[in-house]
Amino acid sequence: MLEISDLKKSFAIPGGGRAVIVDVPALSLAVGEQLALRGESGSGKTTFLHLLAGIHAPDSGRVVIDGIDMAALGEARRDRLRAEKIGYIFQTFNLLQGHTVLENVLLGMAFGSSGSDPARARALLDRVGLGHRLDHRPALLSTGQQQRVAVARALVNRPSLVLADEPTGNLDRKHAQEALALIREVCGEVGAALLLVSHDEQVLAGFGRVLDFSTINRAVAPREP
Amino acid sequence: MMLLRLVYRSLRQHALSTIVTAASIALAGGLLLTVWMVKEQTRRAFVETTTAFDAVLGARGSKLQLVLNAVFHLEASPGNVALADYEAIRRHPAVKTAIPIAVGDNYRGWRIVGTVPELFTGVEYASGRRYTVAPGGRLFDAAKREAVVGDMVARQTGLTVGDTFKPFHGLAFDPKAEHADVYTVVGVLAPTNTPADRVVWIPLAGVQTMTGHDARTATDVSAVLLQLRAPSAGMMMDLLYNRQGNRLTLAFPVGAIVADLFNKISWVDRVLALVAYLVALVAGGSVLASIHASMEARRRDIAILRALGARRRTVFGAVLAEAAAIGLLGAVASLVVYAGLFSVVAGVIRTQTGVVLNLAQWHPVLVLAPAGLILLGALGGLVPAWKAYRTPVADNLSPVS
Repeated sequence: MLEISDLKKSFAIPGGGRAVIVDVPALSLAVGEQLALRGESGSGKTTFLHLLAGIHAPDSGRVVIDGIDMAALGEARRDRLRAEKIGYIFQTFNLLQGHTVLENVLLGMAFGSSGSDPARARALLDRVGLGHRLDHRPALLSTGQQQRVAVARALVNRPSLVLADEPTGNLDRKHAQEALALIREVCGEVGAALLLVSHDEQVLAGFGRVLDFSTINRAVAPREP
Repeated sequence: MMLLRLVYRSLRQHALSTIVTAASIALAGGLLLTVWMVKEQTRRAFVETTTAFDAVLGARGSKLQLVLNAVFHLEASPGNVALADYEAIRRHPAVKTAIPIAVGDNYRGWRIVGTVPELFTGVEYASGRRYTVAPGGRLFDAAKREAVVGDMVARQTGLTVGDTFKPFHGLAFDPKAEHADVYTVVGVLAPTNTPADRVVWIPLAGVQTMTGHDARTATDVSAVLLQLRAPSAGMMMDLLYNRQGNRLTLAFPVGAIVADLFNKISWVDRVLALVAYLVALVAGGSVLASIHASMEARRRDIAILRALGARRRTVFGAVLAEAAAIGLLGAVASLVVYAGLFSVVAGVIRTQTGVVLNLAQWHPVLVLAPAGLILLGALGGLVPAWKAYRTPVADNLSPVS
């Protein structure tokens, strides 16, 4: 369901010239597959995820999601594809503080073509154990609960692909394990493929397929053994 | 729906600046509407009041003063018209109706006007409308010390049919200047919403022969209200009295003299309107400033929305809609401000002139001004909306790994 080939992205640097941040010759992910990428901070993992999500346009290469080449689309169509096919879980949750828990989750299906489905949003919040906090503001929740809202928001639109960027980075060990388990379970339940990036070995340990980001990204020096 | 929710939540999140900005818009809109509506209605009311008579004959002096005194019961009389002059114009073949009035007394500040019963029986004070006495009363007998009081006088002083009162000398109330004559109220005029409501009407001879008045002027009148058979007669009489004569003044046409007054004082309207426009401009600027000031805090929210799939035009529209919503709140509140301001101003005008302004009277500006305020709010949101449109997503979704 995800095919990446010759994906490159560079940025202008002070003093002139450009720095290549992402150079991934090939990577693929099957439907429902769960893949973890190991990488250090500053290795370009977030930029890589942004390319997959269509937030950045690549300099070259292809990002094919469910048969559609994201890289070949204009920005508006990339936005639409992201709204419909991709769920994104951030390290800092990125919930809108002025909105309730339910409204935050509803935003996950606000920009696609299928429209809003409050019943599904409520069901999913029930599933992540927050059915009783629908009208609460994110600030009133614990960090673990906030991450569960973010998980529900990422999955509410039945995405094909979930991108998780250090999703447990802001959680303590106990909550990190719970959040990780929840993400993997719910992705499994909705049939979404999961691409998770982390530098936390305990997080990575649970995955059957773990790749070192430096082995797929030629712009990063290989990791010392 | 989603857009509305985004706007609603953002307005609530920035409630204080929303309220302050909407209030400034409301103030501007209320001022603008009040200035506009008072100007329109006052002009119309004054012009309508002058439709009963074509001309006014009075002592030599200002035409405007003559009209204000004889028609609007404001200002002092410029002087007297001798009986012979009154008789001459009454019998003039071009004159259809001649109604004499005499002034010079008051009842506790309310002007007493002496006149003939024909004013009430033979003249329409506005098109299709005649004076009527409220049930239980009647017109005064021209030969007796009887009075008919205007509606506002009756309500303000409590005078009612059967009451008696003594007039006071002069147009301003002086408790020491009480006349000895005793008048009986025999009727109260039904409301006319004209200056007549502010008058105590007594027979012409009552003012002329009031105890203490100069006996030598006992047959004079203060002015003569005229209805002419044809407009051309007014021009002829204008020539006769104003150009060839030097004792009397003919104010003709009355409507044009009032219109001229409004033209002379129109600068007041323009200054007030300018103030309102400036306040509106400042209000529009405050929409821009308040949203713009919060843009730094919103960048992350905008980036999150974009990361969830919102298009640039969606976030642009959301910010613009929020600005327009502030304009809408201000526009709605401006109608409340308008209602309050207008009521105060209308009350003052009614007390001072007897002219009644109607808050509920329809005018397109009641829709156009609020619509303009909404547009103004939206315009104020253009720059912040453009910033939202250009917000880089990745840079605002920190941290990166």
